Amino acid sequence: MKKIEAIIQPSRFEAVKDALHEIGVDGLTVLEVRGHGRQKGHTEFYRGNEYTIDLLPKIKIETVLPDSLVDAAVQAILKTARTGKIGDGKIFLSNVDEAIRIRNEERGESAL
Amino acid sequence: MRLRVLAALVWLVLCSICLFAQTAVPAAQTSPANPPAAPSGLEPVEMRLAKLEQAVTDARTSGDNAWMLVSSALVLMMTGPGLALFYGGLVRRQNALATMMQSFTLMALITILWAIFGYSLAFHGGTRFIGGLGSAFLRGVGAAPDLDYAATIPQQTFMIFQLMFAIITPALICGAFAERMKFSAMVVFMALWSVLVYDPMAHMVWGKGGLLNASLGGVFPALDFAGGTVVHITSGVSALICALYLGKRLGYPRQPMPPHSVVLSFVGACLLWVGWFGFNAGSALSAGSLASSAFVATHFGAAAAAVGWAGAEWIRNGKPSVLGAISGSVAGLVAITPASGFVSPMSALLIGLVAGVVCYLMVTKVKAAFGYDDSLDAFGVHGAGGTVGALLTGVFATRAVNPIFKDSQGHAAPVGLVDGNPHQLLNQFAAVVVAWALAIVGSWIILKVVDLLLGLRVSEEEELQGLDLTQHGEEAYNL
Repeated sequence: MKKIEAIIQPSRFEAVKDALHEIGVDGLTVLEVRGHGRQKGHTEFYRGNEYTIDLLPKIKIETVLPDSLVDAAVQAILKTARTGKIGDGKIFLSNVDEAIRIRNEERGESAL
Repeated sequence: MRLRVLAALVWLVLCSICLFAQTAVPAAQTSPANPPAAPSGLEPVEMRLAKLEQAVTDARTSGDNAWMLVSSALVLMMTGPGLALFYGGLVRRQNALATMMQSFTLMALITILWAIFGYSLAFHGGTRFIGGLGSAFLRGVGAAPDLDYAATIPQQTFMIFQLMFAIITPALICGAFAERMKFSAMVVFMALWSVLVYDPMAHMVWGKGGLLNASLGGVFPALDFAGGTVVHITSGVSALICALYLGKRLGYPRQPMPPHSVVLSFVGACLLWVGWFGFNAGSALSAGSLASSAFVATHFGAAAAAVGWAGAEWIRNGKPSVLGAISGSVAGLVAITPASGFVSPMSALLIGLVAGVVCYLMVTKVKAAFGYDDSLDAFGVHGAGGTVGALLTGVFATRAVNPIFKDSQGHAAPVGLVDGNPHQLLNQFAAVVVAWALAIVGSWIILKVVDLLLGLRVSEEEELQGLDLTQHGEEAYNL
């Protein structure tokens, strides 16, 4: 089992979600987050005061998948989340030791 | 502890005074009795004439009174929710409720003071500078009109209309000390300010025999239709004094402090715009053509200033902002306030445009140059806009709109500079100087007293936590 954490542009979220659904990803957790990488922020003016906003709104998708699905999922995200500009985000993969379904205490990949 | 005992004592004294006044004051006048009917057959002509005259007066009264009651409600709506939302949206989220609470508190606090002696100090005959106590506890303020102020509406209506002005004026000051003043200190400061600054200024400009009154025997007859000096200069200049005395917020201007919700401010500003029709057109104190003229001037002033501010921003920053447009409209409404019952629609457009650009420069350039933390720009908008409006009133006022001055034969005399009365500019200037001086001296003394008594600012830790939690034990936004 691997966990995929993908931080993407909010405008690409619907496309990414549909692509993941198509390859058989059933469960997602989505967070509205703020952060920055190499993309510079923007400036806002309030009554002449200039504020540099360096934490930009992003969407973070988290999903834990059986190893067989991971490559396809990563490809799906790469294809749909890319706009080609700085600020498209990142994908992180990590190993997951165990998954437990709370309802019936099923364990392992069948709990996903 | 000391404060609690003091508050309890004040409360007890107030209650007993109210009870005493209740028994001492004669019951309000009943409406005038109908003339007695003739015994039989046709009534004598005189009697029918008297009945007819009474019917005409009653009709006029109900028309004027209807508009004045609506206007009173509109002006209250400017403070809550108008100003509460406007200011509440401009602060950071940890101070949103506390900022709204300041406006709301004044709706209650000033009402009580007004009932006990505020109205009397402002509008009862007295000296050149302050009214007497003859109308304390609203003695004699009932259904009968006060012929000097508003001959066609019950004096009670006049009283409640004026109360709404007394409420919003101190509420405007709250923009200057936002996010850092103790609630207790704010309450005491405002109570004293209302009595020592607002009531005298209202008496000088609008009260019988006041120093600056234009039509009831003033020494310098200054034109102030709806409160450019009384409301906006006093509050705006006092706001500057507050900002200077209290000092900057922690982290200002290094740390960004953007408004937590321009959406709330937007709704608030629109409510202010609508409420201002009651403020200015209501100041005609009747529902006739002068009210229409003031209504139109008010609307035109606001529109032109919104364009002026947003346009200036567009040129300088490349983008016209929502906050800029709504701030501009408020600046225009401020500037047109003293002029609204004296100027033509075209003059109103001009006054609004000038105010929009001037206030934009005050808020962006002048504030930054001097470095004071007038947090929500109460001085930049109300102090500057009020001063611009008071002076331009002397330029554009015309007898074609309001023949307030009469020559020796009783004909309408020139009113403002464009009308051929350059001298009026001096009177306007005198009113501006008096308003500035009273606001500076009065506010400084009151701040000093309250500072010694209670301390003005919350502690640094409380300021970082926010006033909502530390002053009121609540949060605006719970998960």
